[in-house]
Formats: sequence, structure tokens, C-alpha cells
Amino acid sequence: MNLWTVQTLVPLPVLVPLFAAGLALALHRYERVQRVISVVALSVAVAAAAGLVVAANDGPVVVDLGGWAAPVGVNLVADPLAAIMLLVSSIMLLCVLLYSMAQGIADSNERTAPTTKNARLLREALEAQDPDADESGRRDVLPVAIFHPTYLILAAGVADAFLAGDLFNLYVGFEILLAASYVLLTLGGTSERIRAGSVYVVVALLSSIVFLLAVGLVYAATGTVNMAQLAERLPDIDPGVRLGIQALLLLAFGIKAAIFPLSAWLPDSYPTAPAPVTAVFAGLLTKVGVYAILRTQTLLFPSNEKLEAVLLVLALATMLVGILGAVAQDDVKRLLSFTLVSHIGYMIFGVALATQASTAAAIFYVVHHITVQTALFLVVGLIERRSGTTSLDRLGGLARLAPGLAILFFVPAMNLAGIPPLSGFLGKVGLLEAGVLDGSVLAWVLVAGSVVTSLLTLYAMIRAWNKAFWQASTDKEPLPEQDRLPWGMVGPTAALVAVGVSLTVVAGPLYDYAERAAATVMDGHTYIEAVFPDGAPRGTGESNEVTSDAEEDRP
Amino acid sequence: MIVLDTVPSGSLLLAVGVLFAAGVYLLLERSLTRVLLGFVLLGNGANLAILVAGGRAGAPPITGSGSGSGSEAEPMSDPLAQAMILTSIVITLALVAFVLAMAYRSWQLHGHDEVQDDLEDTRIARLAVADVPSYADSDSLESGPTLAEEAVTARDEVALPDPAVDLPPRGRAGS
Repeated sequence: MNLWTVQTLVPLPVLVPLFAAGLALALHRYERVQRVISVVALSVAVAAAAGLVVAANDGPVVVDLGGWAAPVGVNLVADPLAAIMLLVSSIMLLCVLLYSMAQGIADSNERTAPTTKNARLLREALEAQDPDADESGRRDVLPVAIFHPTYLILAAGVADAFLAGDLFNLYVGFEILLAASYVLLTLGGTSERIRAGSVYVVVALLSSIVFLLAVGLVYAATGTVNMAQLAERLPDIDPGVRLGIQALLLLAFGIKAAIFPLSAWLPDSYPTAPAPVTAVFAGLLTKVGVYAILRTQTLLFPSNEKLEAVLLVLALATMLVGILGAVAQDDVKRLLSFTLVSHIGYMIFGVALATQASTAAAIFYVVHHITVQTALFLVVGLIERRSGTTSLDRLGGLARLAPGLAILFFVPAMNLAGIPPLSGFLGKVGLLEAGVLDGSVLAWVLVAGSVVTSLLTLYAMIRAWNKAFWQASTDKEPLPEQDRLPWGMVGPTAALVAVGVSLTVVAGPLYDYAERAAATVMDGHTYIEAVFPDGAPRGTGESNEVTSDAEEDRP
Repeated sequence: MIVLDTVPSGSLLLAVGVLFAAGVYLLLERSLTRVLLGFVLLGNGANLAILVAGGRAGAPPITGSGSGSGSEAEPMSDPLAQAMILTSIVITLALVAFVLAMAYRSWQLHGHDEVQDDLEDTRIARLAVADVPSYADSDSLESGPTLAEEAVTARDEVALPDPAVDLPPRGRAGS
């Protein structure tokens, strides 16, 4: 048995960050070592994910963990959908890690002994976090040696959720990333973060319980939690039971993905976290929910028109309510959180149409949105660092003070709004095309809603850009002139913005890839055949390698 | 031979229902400690539901898999369901520990552990009452406690602390 096959790559994005997290926690006294460990681990994850994207192009790569084959064992499946999600999220996680290291969030030394250049800004930032803390209190509410290990665990959890080949492993992946996200959101335990974190944690706990119950019901109804086997068995069970399970799973994932009636927790909780953490959450966590919906809706429940109609209505409500909320906001972070909710609606639109073209467009849109939303939140972090506030009423005149920042905000903002030729436009066109092809009344309503949402996004982003960058400075005290933003923070932000723009350049191949990914999850046999290469699941629990080895040994 | 009795045990199902009802009731409370208890009950309910899915109670998992075939094999419970429950118990334990820590931190900071209101909701509600445009800053409308202070001091369930009793050592609420 060859150790270095392409299958070796599959567990790496989960295992490497997980082991690195343990190592980083053990070495919490050595900041530099921690940083090196984190960067190396996430770089390995990026490389492995890139390898998987290439490998999955020829068909899903399946690994039976511990040599136990599905359906008895646990397997990881890297099909094109999982691979592309994995690659984008790993790149994003690496960029944000570099950004956060430059910001010094992971470095308690800089906190207690700030460099003279940034001392005033740092103090202001701390005061903004916790206005009534005294100096000693402030120092001990920032135990940030925990940041790197937690961040790595988050990366491992996200990768596990993407690669999971069975529902229970998906649940475990969700729990890993959620547990890490609880810690990151309440980092430092300041008053504001505990307030916002309580809501987030309670809502997330509830969705986890709903998911767990759904897994239990799935097991009771079908006797398996393996997704490939479920795809074979679910069509045979009672339609009422199937509908119940589907609705329960949608409820659990809908809370995580922040679909409209379940989205109220998001705009309140995300903005209070440190800028890099908000960026990761906004870019990634909701998309893991969308991914789970995409996976279950296409693979496990291929056709259910009633529920698809409900999803379409919810997608419309998510788009409109989200963007109307964004228009009303006067804080950039909250504004972006609302646009995040709104644009989840686009992805759900694609999923709910349930055609191959719409699914491909949804996958493309997820890829686009992860990069763009993260880049925007990172830029807002830069704005906050430069001017000490994110309130649009207090910001102003930044275009003259920081022209580079203005460009860094403008490009992803236009990308989000869907201005041609940026990738947001291409994704939206794909979705609209799929909607028009579908032709039903509801689909046309959704097409109109998407266009309106896109225009309102443009309005919201232009308004934010005008108020922050273009209008004359409204503040009595002018912004400090001399403080330059550290290159370590600008660099990763610019890189992510560039990735967002380059999605346009590689849009052709990427869209082809998204279509192949959609075909793999939708055609109903490629995925199953990859997990059970010999046709029907044997249920003996022996992996193919073991079986083939045994056959080779036989004379 | 795995015994899968398709008729679930009624008492177990009843227990699941009771656990879920009590759990949901507690989850709707404001105090984090009660929410936590609700979460524990819900978690146990979900675990019990998976156990029901694993077949009839009584038979042991794995050890019962006699080598005999057909009717000679000893009956055994489905081990997979129990493995899943074990995993989810561990996860629940970790999350309970985290929420406890968060409730304690909230008590440290504010002297209570109630989940507070969304500041933005309060701000918009205030603006609506004052009937002013949404871009006005409600904190500047009137003198008095700021929204953040108000959210910290507002409480539904936990009794207001006796002013004679000192706040916890590091409590900073309202001071």
C-alpha cells in the first residue's frame, strides 16, 4: 500500500491544524514559535487543498479513516464542491492570520508594552472596547495567547465540515468550529463581547441540538448516517418522515447560515469581535451553513418542490430584509453584517432552484462572497485602526488621508454590489440566468428581487464609501496624519482584494469547475459510486485497500 | 446479530418529550444559568432519542455478537448509536463548561448573568419613540445613562442587588 497517494492529502487540512493547535497551546509562552506554527500549518492546509482541487477534478477522492470502509467506518470525501470550498477558505484563513499577527491581536507583548508609534491608538482601541476598565483591569482582560490555538481549531473544524462524508462527522465538524468561534467571539471577555457572545452562543447551541436531533431521526429512519448510503435509502422511506427530517436539517443549517427568520442573531454578534475574527466569521461560518444546505439539498433530498418553493420565498426575504437593514445602518461593521445576511439570500436562491445551472452559480457565488466579504471586513479593520471609529457619522475625509485605503474599500465594495466585470456580477448573472431558465412565477419574482437587492447593495456601499472617504471630515478633531498602517495588515488585505479581482480573470475555468462540482453532487451516482466503488454497499466494514490487499495475497 | 426492534420503547420516548419540553422552557429564560440547564436537558433528550434509534434496550453492544449465525447469535444493541451518543455527551460537556465560564464572567462584570438586549434594537426603539430620523444618535438625544449602561443594568429575572451588599470584587457595573 502506497502511503503517498492523493488520498494522503484528504485528512491533512483537518489533522495538520489540529496538531498544530495542540503544539501552539503547549508553546503559548513563545509568541514567535506560535506564529511560525500557525503560518506553516495553514500553509500546508492551503497546499493540500490546492492539491485536492486538482485531484477532485477527476472524481471524488474518498478516504476510509482507519481502514474501515463506509458505511461502517467514517470516511472523508473530497469531491469538487468540498475541494473548492476548502481551497478558498484555507486561503482566506491564511490571509486573515497574517493580518491578525500584524495587528498584534495574537501578541500580548505588544499589548502590555506597545511600540511608541502605536501606543496612543492602542490605548484608544482598548478604551473603545471596555471604556470603564481601569488600566490593570484592561491588561488582564486580554489573555490572547489562546488566539492561535483557537484559530487553528477553527480551521480544522471548517475543513472537517467540508470533507465530512457522513452526517455525524458533519455535526462534529460544526461543533469543533462553533466551539472555537465561541472562544474567538468572546476573546478577552470584555463587557461588550460577553453581551454579544451570550446571544450568539445560545442561538448556536440551539441549532446544534436541532442538528443532533435530526441526525438521531435520520439514523432511526434509515439505519445509517453515511451520506452516500443515505442518498440511496432516503428516497425509499415514508415521504412524511423524509420531509420532517429535511425540514429539521434545514432549520439547523438555516440558523448557521443566517437565513431570514433565523438571522437576527448575526448583525448584533459579529461586529463586536476583533476585526480579523469578524472577517473570518463573516466570510466563513455562514458559508459552512450554506455548504451544508447545498450538500444535503442536492445529495440527500434531490427533489421536493414544496420545500424548494418555501426556500425561494425565504431567499427573497433574506435578500430584501438584509439589505434594507444595511441601508439603515450608520456603523460600517453593522452595515456589512447586514449585507452579509442579504447576500446569503443569493446562495439560497441558487440552491432552492435545484437545477444544475443554479447550483453551479450558487457555488461560484459562495466562492466569490467568501473572498469579498472577508476583504471588506479586513478593510474596515484598517479603517478602524486608522481613524479609531467605524461610525459613518464620525468618519470622513479618509480619501485624502489614506487614498490606498479608499481603493482597497472601493474595489470589494463594487465587487459585492455586482458591478461588471467583477466576480459579483458574474455570479449574479449566473443566478439570474438560472432563474430565467426555470421560468416559474416565483423564480421571476426572485430574479426581480435579486436585481433590487443588487441595486440597494450598490446604494448602501456607495453611501458608506461617500460618508467614510469622500465627504469632508466632520469630526472636530482631525484624524492623526502621521500614523501609517502597518504593511503586515495592508498586505494580506490587498492580497484578498486581489484574489477577489482575479476571480474575474479565472472566471471561465472556475465556473467550469463549479459546474462540475454541481454535476457531481446532483447527478445522484458519481458521489455514491466514489464512496461505494463496488456498487452496492457491502456493509462488511472492510476497506477496499484491505480487500484488494487480501485478494493480492491470495494465490 | 443486531436486534433492531422497530417499535420504540414508549417510556423512553416519553422521557425524550419531557426533556425537550422542559429544556425549551428553560432555554427561553433570560438568565444564562437557566439557559444552560435548558441546554443540558435538550442535549440529554437528543441523546436519548438517538439511543431509541439504536434498538431495544437491554442487550449489550458488541459483546453480544456471537459467532453463531441466525437465531443462535446473541442479541446485541447497535453500537454505532451509542458511539454517537458518547461523542455528543463529550461535546455537550465541553460546551456546558464554556457557557458556565461565560455566565460567571457576566456575573463578574455586571453582577448578574442575564442575556442583555441588542443595543441596536434599543437604539432604534428609542428613535422611534422620539420620532427622529434614523441617522440621529439617540445617545445624544437626552442626558442619562448611555445605551450600554442601560443594557447592563436592565434585568428581568434576577433581583436587583441590594446596595448594601458589595458587588463582586471586580464588578464594575453602574459604578
